[in-house]
Amino acid sequence: MNRLNGLRLHHRKNTENSQTEEFPLPAKVKIPLSMTMGVPCMPLVKAGDIVKVGQKIGDSDAAFSVPVHSSVSGTVTAISDYRTASGAVCKAVEIETDGQQTVSDEVKPPVVTDRSDFIKAVRESGACGLGGAGFPTHIKLAPKTPVDILVVNAAECEPYITADYREMIENANDVIGGIKLVQSQLGIKSVKLAIEANKPKAIKNFTKMAENDDSIDIVTLPSKYPQGAEKVIIYNSTGRIVKEGQLPSDTGVLVMNVSTIAFLYRYMQSGMPFVKRRLTVDGNAVGSPRNISTVIGTSFREILEYCGTDMDSVKKMISGGPMMGMSVPEADMPVVKTSSAILAFDHYDQRKTSACIRCGRCVKVCPVGLMPADIDRAYKIKNIEELKSLKVTLCMNCGSCTYICPANRKLAETNQLAKTLIPRK
Amino acid sequence: MNKLIVSPSPHDENYMKTSGIMLNVIIALIPALCVGCYIFGWRVITLTAVCIASCMIFEYLSRRLMKRSNTITDLSAVVTGVLLAMNLPVTLPYWMAVIGCFVAIVIVKQLFGGLGQNFANPAITARIVLMVSFPKAMTHWIQPASYDYDAVSSATPLAMGKDAELPSYIDLLLGNVGGCLGETCALALLAGGLYLAAKKIISLAAPVSFIGSLAVLMAIAGEDPLYHILAGGVFLGAFFMATDYATTPITFKGKIVFGLGCGIITFVIRHFGSYPEGVSFSILLMNILTPYIEQVTRTKIFGAKEAEKNEG
Repeated sequence: MNRLNGLRLHHRKNTENSQTEEFPLPAKVKIPLSMTMGVPCMPLVKAGDIVKVGQKIGDSDAAFSVPVHSSVSGTVTAISDYRTASGAVCKAVEIETDGQQTVSDEVKPPVVTDRSDFIKAVRESGACGLGGAGFPTHIKLAPKTPVDILVVNAAECEPYITADYREMIENANDVIGGIKLVQSQLGIKSVKLAIEANKPKAIKNFTKMAENDDSIDIVTLPSKYPQGAEKVIIYNSTGRIVKEGQLPSDTGVLVMNVSTIAFLYRYMQSGMPFVKRRLTVDGNAVGSPRNISTVIGTSFREILEYCGTDMDSVKKMISGGPMMGMSVPEADMPVVKTSSAILAFDHYDQRKTSACIRCGRCVKVCPVGLMPADIDRAYKIKNIEELKSLKVTLCMNCGSCTYICPANRKLAETNQLAKTLIPRK
Repeated sequence: MNKLIVSPSPHDENYMKTSGIMLNVIIALIPALCVGCYIFGWRVITLTAVCIASCMIFEYLSRRLMKRSNTITDLSAVVTGVLLAMNLPVTLPYWMAVIGCFVAIVIVKQLFGGLGQNFANPAITARIVLMVSFPKAMTHWIQPASYDYDAVSSATPLAMGKDAELPSYIDLLLGNVGGCLGETCALALLAGGLYLAAKKIISLAAPVSFIGSLAVLMAIAGEDPLYHILAGGVFLGAFFMATDYATTPITFKGKIVFGLGCGIITFVIRHFGSYPEGVSFSILLMNILTPYIEQVTRTKIFGAKEAEKNEG
């Protein structure tokens, strides 16, 4: 087995020992109707409606979509237009909370007799991949080809973020419960719980818990970014290679984030859809970094202020990790299902890009073995044939090349732009 | 509240920048320069200073003339200046050194687009131009530690006849022989090369395959391999020129091929040619081959399907 390239990063897991803290219920929330991959939902409520916790407030007829539920009880004040961090525009439901957190009658444990019930229930739970991409879980759990290995992605390879780690420490039983649930529903024989080596406590705990279960393997991943990337984690935990144009399921592998799988377990017990999540609050502008659990729709600003951040000093805010997270354009953005972290920094150097010195560092770190320096050149002259042969479409935008470049060239960004030049078949 | 800065990911960066890399190269060259000073005297310092200053001035002026950004601060011109000086005999007139700097910076580097764009190594090319233009001045070698710049020239180890009494390995390692001011002390150059390798600034692939292939070929040809790798400019060339980023292949495979090529050409020139040295020419020739080497030594892409032949 070859070793894939990777990047040694400072882990900066400052919050790894911070017990998740319940964030006080905000006075109002703003719940976007597009928080995951897929078709945005249409609102099921209107201004003035009374809503309860767990009540469905947005849905779509499209299969590739995830319904949205109210995270609070209170009164809908407006259905507004909302621009997501990626720039897309959708509707958002604004709710004034009544502080009671009355649970909706809709919330009851789903009755599951066969696999299609299970998939339906998963869709109703509003679950999506919590690692960051937000892929609809019910789509993932209904692969077109049979899968025989479940890889649970507990790499959490981004610096700062410890939300998945806290899930593993605080809710270890839910993780195992979720694994057994998916295993039995999909008839999967083998499970790889893949954890990066920088989380020895989690590795130890789960190794002990899975001692008597031959079907669950605990895989220790090297501390080399990006272990959590789907193709990388599949290769490093199963040895299988997801080829160009293939889905993981084409190689018989299903990859699920550890927090997603633990949530599914809780949902099957309680019927409470995905309305609340844990996120890491960190960055040098944050007075006391920690992990908090809060309702979907809470404003980033409130959370940062609660964690002792002087908002006037903040120059850069990131939703997610520093390597693949997204810049937050304004502090009042709400927490969405995929918000694994909020990072706030009081400085951000926008260094000048200089000429490529062809040092080859980008080539050395690319986990896929691409040659970003050459792609950069080919992109400059718009040489599409060359871009094709350099396989730029395989770039997963992990950001390693930009990170390492001594000339501050925005190589990962160029790769994304270059992809758009290549016509899709 | 300030306006937030919005930019594409990643939002973090490595600390090692271009100028940092160049600074490390300069640091790595210092031991060999110091030994050069000890062996050849004060003129090492003035000649090196002249080279650095004129390289920086030429860099500044040519960038300015071409209405391009000022790149003095990336320190690459300093590296070229030091490297060129190390490839010169200590007695070379200053004005000739300035011509060398002009060739290196203006013609070889900036006319091709500046840092990273040049296809040939500036210092090597400048040395060759000087050698062809001023053959006498460029082969005026003084006795080590004599500090007598007017003395009648002595020969470099490689230029000595087969019957002459050759210097010992120890003298070659310590640099106590005639030659260019920075190329004689193999130990100091090795130390600099290993420093750069430890700092992960260079890969040892090209130096090892260069020196290795030269030694093997010399052994096969019945010459003393150790003598040939220690004498002349092999260490300077292998560690500091055959590892130049812009003019050598990027991939590991490419670097190995590059080093092998350098070793073979150096061997051919030294063994069959009438010319005692061969390192400069071998590196220049391999610089020219680099784009072709790169085409056949690309990385293996994880999960890529085999390229469809003759697409379109």
